[in-house]
Amino acid sequence: MGRRTILPFGPQHPVLPEPIHLDLILEDEVVVEAVPSIGYIHRGLEKLVEKKDFQEYVHVAERICGICSFMHGMGYCMAVERTMGVKVPERAEFLRTVWAELSRVHSHLMWLGLLADALGFESLFMHCWRLREYVLDIFDMTTGGRVIFSVCKLGGVRKDISRETMMKILDTFDKIEGGIKEITRVFTADASVSHRLTGLGALTGEDARSLGAVGPMARASGVGEDARAAGYAAYPYVKFGVQTDTAGDCMARVKVRTGEIFEAIGIIRQCAELMPDGPTDTKVTGFPSGEAFARLEQPRGEVLYYVKGGGTKFLERFRVRTPTFANLAALLEMLKGVELADVPALVLTIDPCISCTER
Amino acid sequence: MKYAKKSPWILHYDGSSCNGCDIEVLACLNPLFDIERFGAINTGNPKHADILLITGAINEQNISVVKQLYEQMPNPKAVVAVGVCAATGGIFKDCYNMIGGVGEAIPVDVYVPGCASRPEAIIDGVVKALDKIK
Ligand code: SF4
Repeated sequence: MGRRTILPFGPQHPVLPEPIHLDLILEDEVVVEAVPSIGYIHRGLEKLVEKKDFQEYVHVAERICGICSFMHGMGYCMAVERTMGVKVPERAEFLRTVWAELSRVHSHLMWLGLLADALGFESLFMHCWRLREYVLDIFDMTTGGRVIFSVCKLGGVRKDISRETMMKILDTFDKIEGGIKEITRVFTADASVSHRLTGLGALTGEDARSLGAVGPMARASGVGEDARAAGYAAYPYVKFGVQTDTAGDCMARVKVRTGEIFEAIGIIRQCAELMPDGPTDTKVTGFPSGEAFARLEQPRGEVLYYVKGGGTKFLERFRVRTPTFANLAALLEMLKGVELADVPALVLTIDPCISCTER
Repeated sequence: MKYAKKSPWILHYDGSSCNGCDIEVLACLNPLFDIERFGAINTGNPKHADILLITGAINEQNISVVKQLYEQMPNPKAVVAVGVCAATGGIFKDCYNMIGGVGEAIPVDVYVPGCASRPEAIIDGVVKALDKIK
């Protein structure tokens, strides 16, 4: 048995854009245990509902995390709309779905780039982020923002996407789909990438279930759960497949996520075809009272929102269970027994979003 | 055309940002903006850095980390605060765990506006900070 060393990893670390701190307990080069310490990014957002008007709070909810910003706003709105019995117009549901799926494409492309960067594959990082810019241009064109849009509001959405703009979006995807296929091929077929990822951090389906993993993490281990299949927004009207894999290793997670990019593009195409005409919002009057849950599928997995209102303009309680929080338990388990040099790649494959985990 | 005297090496630290400004900082590296073509490098080591780029506000837990990073950087150095969070605490100002903008912990030279700041603005902020480290 080798000597034990404790190596601090983070909160400021070259591969991590976000601050999380892990104490890695090493035996020679192998991790035997990982002890996380958190709080570097904790703001106390949930408590803020007691001070901010529930309509204004949508803007705060969007800033729980800037990567799936739209979906956080949407989830909060869905939960509050449920307590107030607001029925969102159909066109708004479709528009929300389009923006949500665009967010998924941008988030997954961003993640692929960060992973490539963690592996030291700089040019692949550049390609992923080049393709991602096209999606950000779509956001810029339809909402006016690149990462934070503020288009979701209680009762619907603030902006409409015209027929011509929708056509432009589809054209963009026709143009970049080939590029995304090409980077997918590099990730799955390139010898050096596959050498780094195949077999690393394997998680069995059973473990994934018992540790409560969600999203692409769980699906890569063969657990075919996807909150979109439960049907919210416009998902009941469109067809899509739930991407799964059985290997459970880092490579399987790459495959699941790349598969989801193409599914998301497919959903956007269907939405463009099926979207009905009509209003994009309804008037919301009164105050929320009672409690409600909303559940939706973010790029990182399933997220839960809980709101409780007492009939005033301030909510009594707001709670988010974010996907990264659910996946951290699985990560700490997977870290045991891997080589130190593989830690960055492994941490990245859960697609950590610390900002939403700590809020 | 004006030439900069120096290609700064940049240390990026995520205070308690929502990631919005964070990914825009990283977007400066992508082929569309590509600041690395000017020799500016995103380094992970404070001892190599000329400019400290901070996104997000200061909270109880990270104030010591920010101070440490700043102290470890060699002189001359500059600090760029990106986004309204880093300027004042922004939308999170009233949260119980917030202390305030980056100015509460260390001296700031350039404030970049926006929520989220756009990559063009961030690059502009870095160029302004170059005056400080001449
Ligand atoms: S300024 Fe806005 S986008 Fe930037 S970190 Fe703060 S809340 Fe997020």
